[in-house]
Amino acid sequence: MTYIILIFFLLVLMVGAAIYSIVQKDLLYAVIATGVISLILSAIFLLLQAPDVALTEAAIGVALTTIIFIITIRNTVRHEDDFKDRNDLKSAIK
Amino acid sequence: MKKLIVILLLAVTGYFMVISFMDLGKDGPVVKNGVKDFYLDKTVSELKVANTITSIVVNFRGFDTLGEVTVLFLAATALGGILYKKRHHVGERSVLFPSSTIVKAGSKLLFPAIILLGVYVFVHGHLSPGGGFQGGTIIATGFLLMLLAYDNFSVSHKVLSYIESFAGIFFVLFGLSGMFMGKTFLENFMPVGNLNDLFSGGIIPIIYILVGFKVAAELTGLIYTVLNEKE
Repeated sequence: MTYIILIFFLLVLMVGAAIYSIVQKDLLYAVIATGVISLILSAIFLLLQAPDVALTEAAIGVALTTIIFIITIRNTVRHEDDFKDRNDLKSAIK
Repeated sequence: MKKLIVILLLAVTGYFMVISFMDLGKDGPVVKNGVKDFYLDKTVSELKVANTITSIVVNFRGFDTLGEVTVLFLAATALGGILYKKRHHVGERSVLFPSSTIVKAGSKLLFPAIILLGVYVFVHGHLSPGGGFQGGTIIATGFLLMLLAYDNFSVSHKVLSYIESFAGIFFVLFGLSGMFMGKTFLENFMPVGNLNDLFSGGIIPIIYILVGFKVAAELTGLIYTVLNEKE
């Protein structure tokens, strides 16, 4: 029973982090939130007795994907409001 | 008009998909016992491998793993192809501010430990959870740490592509030699040894070590390409 409650709690946390990453205007915080989603997901995989998948999720989801997104933010713009229309986006990417 | 056509196409595709799935459960369940019992039985009794997932991924479904490795290779190649033009006229990486001494010393201390963990994970793929893909990504995160901490740390694309190519070629060669010595592609033709030994499982650990090298080289090259790209 405690097992199910723990998994349910982690799932609720995951949904909360997902909603935060959509609502947040600062893209760096949003990317960190997606990293948190992957971290919780890997904990859930471990609880569901899939250590292989948990290892992959921890290495790829938490480290590699987050870092690639952060590099992208460094090369473009950090705040979502910084570009209002398409031309701003184009000039930011080049 | 365009949207209407797209919606119509999607509706037709969806209709046929639903129709084809409707017939699935008509005469009893399609999978009665499945291959689950076969895998669980054969893994321990014949292949002498402790980790059932590894034996499925590398031995029973080895051809799928070859396809998976190819997909990763194509993704890395495509990324390199897209960023190739920009990499040409870029020398040093641009950094906003250099990392502090604590970060540099700490990452120098952690780097060998991370590499050792990655190697452990893919060498023991047939004994404990993990394997080539997991170990390879762990090694790539080690290189990522060094690339973030030191702005003059660089990896050689030539060495990486040699490692990657040789790992891929040896994977296919092992599969083909199974074809010559045994019956099928990726047949387990080597002696399997005892359960829970490091040298057991025939070609399974060898192939997972090759996959580990390949994935580590691919992901390291990918990160290095993305990090060196600047506007």
